Amino acid sequence: MTKNRIALALAAPFAAAVLALAGPAHAAETELKLEKVEIDLADLPRLQSGARTFVNYCLGCHGAELVRYNTLVQLGLTEQQVKDNLMFTAEKIGGYMRTAMRPADGKEWFGVAPPDLSVIARARGADWLYTYLRGFYRDPSTVTGWNNTVFPTVAMPNVFEHLQGDRVRKEEPVMRDGKEVGDGHGGVLTRVTFETIRPGSQTPVEFDRTVRDLVNFLVWMGEPVQDQRKQIGFFALLAIGVLIVLSYLLYKEYWKDVH
Amino acid sequence: MAEAKAPAYDSSKWFGRTLNWIDDRFPMTALWRSQVAEYYAPKNMNFWYFFGSLALLVLVIQVVTGIFLTMHYKPDARFAFASVEYIMREVPWGWLIRYMHSTGASAFFIVVYLHMFRALLYGSHRKPRELTWIFGCLIFLSLMAEAFFGYLLPWGQMSYWGAQVIVNLFGAIPIVGEDLAIWIRGDYVISDATLNRFFAMHVIAIPLVLIGLVLAHLIALHETGSNNPQGVEIKKHKDANGIPLDGIPFHPYYTVKDLFGVMVFLLVFAVIMFFAPEMGGYFLEYNNFIPADPLVTPSHIAPVWYFTPYYSILRATTDRIMPVMAVAVAVLALMTIVRARSGWMRGAVAGGAVLVIIGFFTLEAKVWGVVFMGVSVLVFLALPWLDQAPVKSIRYRGPLYRLALAVFVIVFVILGYLGTLPPTPGRTLVAQVCMLAYFAFFFLLPWYSRWDSHKPVPERVSK
Repeated sequence: MTKNRIALALAAPFAAAVLALAGPAHAAETELKLEKVEIDLADLPRLQSGARTFVNYCLGCHGAELVRYNTLVQLGLTEQQVKDNLMFTAEKIGGYMRTAMRPADGKEWFGVAPPDLSVIARARGADWLYTYLRGFYRDPSTVTGWNNTVFPTVAMPNVFEHLQGDRVRKEEPVMRDGKEVGDGHGGVLTRVTFETIRPGSQTPVEFDRTVRDLVNFLVWMGEPVQDQRKQIGFFALLAIGVLIVLSYLLYKEYWKDVH
Repeated sequence: MAEAKAPAYDSSKWFGRTLNWIDDRFPMTALWRSQVAEYYAPKNMNFWYFFGSLALLVLVIQVVTGIFLTMHYKPDARFAFASVEYIMREVPWGWLIRYMHSTGASAFFIVVYLHMFRALLYGSHRKPRELTWIFGCLIFLSLMAEAFFGYLLPWGQMSYWGAQVIVNLFGAIPIVGEDLAIWIRGDYVISDATLNRFFAMHVIAIPLVLIGLVLAHLIALHETGSNNPQGVEIKKHKDANGIPLDGIPFHPYYTVKDLFGVMVFLLVFAVIMFFAPEMGGYFLEYNNFIPADPLVTPSHIAPVWYFTPYYSILRATTDRIMPVMAVAVAVLALMTIVRARSGWMRGAVAGGAVLVIIGFFTLEAKVWGVVFMGVSVLVFLALPWLDQAPVKSIRYRGPLYRLALAVFVIVFVILGYLGTLPPTPGRTLVAQVCMLAYFAFFFLLPWYSRWDSHKPVPERVSK
């Protein structure tokens, strides 16, 4: 124990330097390994598909009250297309994406009002959302009958049950050479698996794609300007680069007589 | 009646006449000459001297972007969070203004920390520049206050709970603490009342203090003249006109050099602002994209990175470290008593040390955490007097100070890193070791700066 602490004290400077390069964990601290999702904000069809899933499956309970419907025209849609296909909760195209459900009802039905999703991707991170939305399983011990691998006993039920189907969680001891393996803390090492007890209308691959597109949309919605920001940034860097060269030459010109 | 001066400009042209008209009423030309064009700075100042002008640049960025943000931001608990997103989404170029301001906040601290480190390298805080250093330390304190008040304004979870944690620190003060915390908040919890007063502090009160202190800092600097990497006083050797032989006019030499520094800084600034404004959660914390909720305490509350070294010291102060701190105070007191010249002094140090050590075991460790955190910031003020070395610059200082400064920088970074993480027993132990090293750098300085070997300092500056 003492040895470990001394080693830790000695290793800390190096560890700190290395770890400082990596960011800290996202808002939800979790031991679970999050699955990586590929984000592509230039892929308009994927963003449109995500927007469709969002208004059909999320907007019923969650709002995106900081976002106006007409922001969606940036996804390559006309205002008429947005009105006809995506706009269910507002009269005017400039209206905010409010939820149809009253927050008080949400609180009564779920115990907690469903959070606004405008900037949820910036709070949780894309990988967390991707793993969370695919992580529901049947659990009769909870109020909703659902549980989640990333967010245990979450108040939200699986809104994708018809797409994903029903899964149950199974925890079995890991066997090596026919024997159980210890976990180092006096317990037994276990492996968690999920078994589909009722298939959904989408295959697992299709469902992953649906969630991926939805998360892609949520990331876009968190900061619609982000792609443009990087483009402008590229030109800003070019301009500053030129100014660095010019100011360096000016500096050297003035200083050539200083000895 | 002011004595008649020869006009500085040609009166036959309208422009010269205008300048003369002003000079008769306001010392414009005299100020320009004495403070800029004929302010002689050492010719050997290196890149470490960029950070002063860069701090001024960041101050201007923060003030200008702050004015525009204030036009659209709503200091109301119901609208604050949404108004920030309104700036990000609907105000033309609002996202750019906001990211400039949020990146500028962190940039301010980076630049100021490097500026302070430059002083530690070259002894810029030493005689005769003690007041420049003290004004600088007060700027640093104001900057911390400014950042703290500003961080509540987006009204996210970290804004809210970070403010809660810091205001509660005042609640740890014995007897008056609880009332003091309520007075600061204007409520029993962080609320709309707190948001309104923090807004007032952030946009007017502290900026006024800050700008006043910056002026005082510059006036004091221009009185003594700038230090340089060799710590040589250039005013010792002047030519027949009273101009330092190793000095060059600030303008145009250092204005063009600083301009180059500004461009390099802007490149780094733009890379962060355009491509990584959150800086991996260090500049904009992820949890702050969740609106403030008084009923939901986040599992891990961390201040923004620039406060984390001090926050680490606060957390490292547990009951278990108090005996170690008591021994440290006793040893330090004994060492001081041995050196003290008067009996009165010896008695005061001994009495003070006994009181502090009794306090260590009677008051809660939490109280001492607040005290240690305060001391870790305020101790910078005493640095010019703690340092007893006969030379200023690290170039002529011995191995003890070099080692101490290197260790100090490393423990500062480690404390800062640990402050961003949730505590574990191992991390707390590392933080405690680092805290001891942090304080040792300052409080043992009077001894090791004397014991250290020193190289002879040249008479003149070499470039």
